[in-house]
Amino acid sequence: MMAEINVRELHFSYYPDQEILKGINLHFKEKSAAIIGQNGAGKTTLVKLFKGLLKPVKGDVLINATNTKEITAAKLANQIGLVFQNPNDQIFKSNVIDEVKYGPLMIGFTEKEASIQADLALEAVGLRGLEQVNPYDLSLYERKMISIASILAMDTPIVIFDEPTMGQDSQGKERIKAIINRLRQEGKLVLSIIHDMDFAADVFERAIVMKDGQILLDGEPREIFAEVELLKEAYLEQPNVTRIGRELGAERVFLNEKELIDWLKIQHATLQ
Amino acid sequence: MSKIRVEGLKYRYPDMDSLVLDDLSFEVEKGAFIGIVGENTAGKSTLCYALTGLVPHFFKGAYGGNVLIDNIDVKQSEISDVTSKAGLVFDQPFSQMTGSKTTVYEEIAFGLENSGVEREEMRIRIDNSLRLMDIEHLQNKNPYDLSGGQMQRVAIASVLAMKPDVIVLDEPTSQLDPQGSDEVFQVIAKLAESGITIIMAEHKLEKLAEYASKILLLHKGKQIAYGSPKEVFSRDDILEYGIAPPVYVRIAKALKLKNKAGFYPITLDGLKQQWNVGDE
Repeated sequence: MMAEINVRELHFSYYPDQEILKGINLHFKEKSAAIIGQNGAGKTTLVKLFKGLLKPVKGDVLINATNTKEITAAKLANQIGLVFQNPNDQIFKSNVIDEVKYGPLMIGFTEKEASIQADLALEAVGLRGLEQVNPYDLSLYERKMISIASILAMDTPIVIFDEPTMGQDSQGKERIKAIINRLRQEGKLVLSIIHDMDFAADVFERAIVMKDGQILLDGEPREIFAEVELLKEAYLEQPNVTRIGRELGAERVFLNEKELIDWLKIQHATLQ
Repeated sequence: MSKIRVEGLKYRYPDMDSLVLDDLSFEVEKGAFIGIVGENTAGKSTLCYALTGLVPHFFKGAYGGNVLIDNIDVKQSEISDVTSKAGLVFDQPFSQMTGSKTTVYEEIAFGLENSGVEREEMRIRIDNSLRLMDIEHLQNKNPYDLSGGQMQRVAIASVLAMKPDVIVLDEPTSQLDPQGSDEVFQVIAKLAESGITIIMAEHKLEKLAEYASKILLLHKGKQIAYGSPKEVFSRDDILEYGIAPPVYVRIAKALKLKNKAGFYPITLDGLKQQWNVGDE
């Protein structure tokens, strides 16, 4: 299974005088990456270009060596799945199981294969038992989980999420974290646009900060989230755990609560 | 006299077997900022509907107990009388725009026109709402060209222009980025200070800890706790209700940093203070 994206000198604009992406160069191979940045930075436009829904004005996007300019988004669908930010933009079937089976059937799975995939995907998002319900009788956070299941069921080597944790409670966030970790274990490339900095720091192997259609920072989360000033420039804050550690006198950059608490416990013990 | 009194409220949707709201009783003072917390399925949205009359006037089903706003019974009143007292803001700002207006100003005017408010009074109310929501500079823009945070402030301004005493918000920041969420919390806190009673269902507990005067904790339709953020978020059993308390509480809990009153800190400053005291 190949899971690679190559982005070369990518420029994009919806209107001639308003450039949204201003020369992006990126390479992804397997691993997981968080794409962060303020609204309007170009994050959603970028992932739509990956998915082939938009075509570059200048430059190239290569998905597993296929140039998105030379292929339709439909033909790319077996390689790359994108979960939209707003599930209402994605969901159109009148019951949950048909919605989740639709993607796999479209990319050539047999009815039986699609059923198995859909079943596994619904299990992963915690919606087993709701197969026959109309998605629009469910709440927004449940519809979000359906839209995630629909993409998981397609079993693509590349999976992209646009704000997966929005509107989720702590249990929902844990579930999404587990899904991302599982996709990584399966050797997939997982990208996610994410506003929740603590989630980004805790879950992803790489962090990319966008600002005004350009890449401001790109690296390991521990390096990126240390850059308080540059993050500010992109109107972003450090993750809560990182900030708390700094405020309590740590020089280290903490990426999750366990790291922070372990450090604080040691401090506590030495001071007593 | 309390602004809102909820007495033994029970409710079940028509096609469901179990109660979504199961015997809720609480009172809310004028100008309070109440945060409703609980995992998804706790009944938060349904309670928002019950406080604004959508339950039982729009959503039928089995209803028991009372919701009183200024001593007026929501169940016995016309829904239009209820909505003029208590306005509702939804989680998706996008779905609240009328779709028929091309400027923010007209968007806010829509509800007023519908309810036949006089022209001069309309102008005053719109200007006032624009100012309170800090969106005067956006009044000639198309609502659909705005960011999520701006659009949500337009939605709140539209509700505000109807001059309600109470504004109920159902996860108003769940679809917004951090900056948009901050904007919304700041203007809401300002409204509470001006005497408008605020009831907000929300998952961003760090924010509620900062702004809310009281927290109502729900679980499977039942009222688990109603008290100050410190009290509710310090409960040792809070995880059992599917709630991860604010990060400051989680850290303090792991380090056993309670203050003398037996509460964990709920803000960064509180945590810093407690950490330094702990060192001494």
